[in-house]
Amino acid sequence: MAIEIKTGDIKVFLGKSVIIATGGAGRVFRFNTNGSIVTGDGMSMAYRSGVALRDMEFVQYHPTGLPGSGVLITEGCRGEGGTLLNKDGYRYLQDYGLGPETPIGQPQNKTMELGPRDKLSQAFWHEQRKGNTVKTPLGDAVMLDLTHLGKQKLLERLPMICSLAKHYVGIDPVKEPIPVRPAAHYTMGGIRTDIDAATSLAGLYAAGECSSIGLHGANRLGSNSLAELLVFGKVAGVHAAEYASTQPGTGSETLAKLAQEKVDDLIVLRTQTGSEKSSKLRQEMAFCMEKTFGIYRLAEEMQEGLDTINSLKQRFKNVRVEDQSRVFNTEFLMTLELRASLDLAQVIALSAVRRKESRGAHQRLDEFKTRDDENYLQHTLVYFDGEDLPKLEYEAVNITRSTPQERVYGTAGAEKKQEHKS
Amino acid sequence: MNPDTKTSSAPDESDKRITLEILRYIPGQHDKPEFQTFEIPYVTDWSMLDALGYIKDELDASLAYRWSCRMAVCGSCGMMFNGEPKLACETFVREFYPNSIRVEPLENFAIERDLIIDQAPFLEKLESVKPFIIDAAAPKTKPRDTIQAGEYKQTPTQLAMFKQYSMCINCLLCYSACPQFGLNQGFAGPAALSLAHRYNADSRDQGAEVRAPIVNEKDGVWSCTFVGYCSEVCPKAVDPASAIQLEKVNGMTDWALSFILPKGAK
Repeated sequence: MAIEIKTGDIKVFLGKSVIIATGGAGRVFRFNTNGSIVTGDGMSMAYRSGVALRDMEFVQYHPTGLPGSGVLITEGCRGEGGTLLNKDGYRYLQDYGLGPETPIGQPQNKTMELGPRDKLSQAFWHEQRKGNTVKTPLGDAVMLDLTHLGKQKLLERLPMICSLAKHYVGIDPVKEPIPVRPAAHYTMGGIRTDIDAATSLAGLYAAGECSSIGLHGANRLGSNSLAELLVFGKVAGVHAAEYASTQPGTGSETLAKLAQEKVDDLIVLRTQTGSEKSSKLRQEMAFCMEKTFGIYRLAEEMQEGLDTINSLKQRFKNVRVEDQSRVFNTEFLMTLELRASLDLAQVIALSAVRRKESRGAHQRLDEFKTRDDENYLQHTLVYFDGEDLPKLEYEAVNITRSTPQERVYGTAGAEKKQEHKS
Repeated sequence: MNPDTKTSSAPDESDKRITLEILRYIPGQHDKPEFQTFEIPYVTDWSMLDALGYIKDELDASLAYRWSCRMAVCGSCGMMFNGEPKLACETFVREFYPNSIRVEPLENFAIERDLIIDQAPFLEKLESVKPFIIDAAAPKTKPRDTIQAGEYKQTPTQLAMFKQYSMCINCLLCYSACPQFGLNQGFAGPAALSLAHRYNADSRDQGAEVRAPIVNEKDGVWSCTFVGYCSEVCPKAVDPASAIQLEKVNGMTDWALSFILPKGAK
């Protein structure tokens, strides 16, 4: 079922198979690199239809977003040899197991600025705690230095970065380093599917950031999202088409009856009176998630976060859409998006609270600082349970060829690789 | 765990204010478009999109506008600021302060609601230029739907012939800028014609002839009088004016050759 934004009319579509490809849920966090519509609507739809959401606690913080807006400064900058400096002009990543310092303009995989995103974001967090970050008018940051590239190379290789830095932070990267800081970027988890992009609901498929096919684990590698779309987009298409070709039609009466329930529900939401404003609830949710489910997490803070989200969900029942018009009613659309976002915030919160270990993008600084393969080499599965708190279960990870290893980078990583070869 | 979070969207700056006059039109509520005045806090790093967001969140939830990426790649947030077509996400309140800002939907388009215009005529134009690689000969010589058939190869020079024209984000600022489109809604317009040229100039494409009925016609490139304002407002330096003039050259060459080539020759 869809709302035709142009008219406000509701249209119903009969699909013998359906592919959800609605993207991630990054907008539940205040400071993020995402566009306005990354609100997890498709994830919520599958979830409310009984499909599990998997591994939602793993949210990637991209290390280089612009302070203030969160606009993404691509990893390609570091691929071109960009370096990250703290307030003393020091390449601090070497203090976090990513050294030794590589020569400027000669980056090496898995070392220094080419280390994995979660480690780089964590390093920022520690530097900030130590007081080593740069204070900018838009908040604390570290500096991404691209000055070694020179004007011609920069304009040729990274033209968009030059434009973004100029517009949003008034910096010319040819002359000065760009202030950057970690921003919520990607949702590793999502709608649980198998290797054919099929969910537990026959005929429902999911692909892309909204899905959890099992590709990214607890931390996605750079560029793998794009590769995933190309590969599993096709897989989902092929299988969904195959499935559809085997299905008989459904009577339109069944469809109309199912649709009517949803339509009634939408009308209730749009016309109910209440005292809560959806923009306010949205801001409170985003602020809460940023504060309590950030790069590092603590038991008490996470519990406080979960309690706040639960209370926001209750308050949402009392939301009133001020705009009662039909054509392009974006306040109503944003309220619907908020309903989905609150579902996902609750799933992320619950999943994070319950995972009593640190792994990939879920890092805790309380008593669960280390990885616990014995108890937690598991996927988190969360199921919608109406008014009650969602049901949480664990599912074993499918290990075929590569067994879990210690994550080492920099020199230690190179040594380990040598060991492995010999 | 987070030492530096700012609260919500409420700014923490001084008591500086700025005024926005925004053209409103809600079908069913307004008989015709009318201006509404908003006074908001002045925050130096706010884009116009941030300002509109503040108004929608705090002052008037009914204000409607298109937006998405916030970083000038999606092309959603085009609108007029003091009569100039710009992207709201890349235009900043500080460019106007302390003067008031007049905000209107993109010129030369019908208003759907508030700052949202009807894009349908443009989408039709886009479709009409067949914006995809047309390689008519290839299926006969080299079937292309298998990896074994091999990839197309291009030199940097061949890429340079069309690359800038592929950067269009369909933001429609060029259509608002173009006075010919303002006079004649049938004109294919800068973005559609640039896109046609993007494919015509691509060494992999052989579709120029197929596109000619749209491109090399009165409502195609020949309605363009080379005002050039389209290229000035383009946020992606596509330079649609140049694309159109290049297609005029192609069109002229085609026409001249048609007198001397043998009948049936191409």
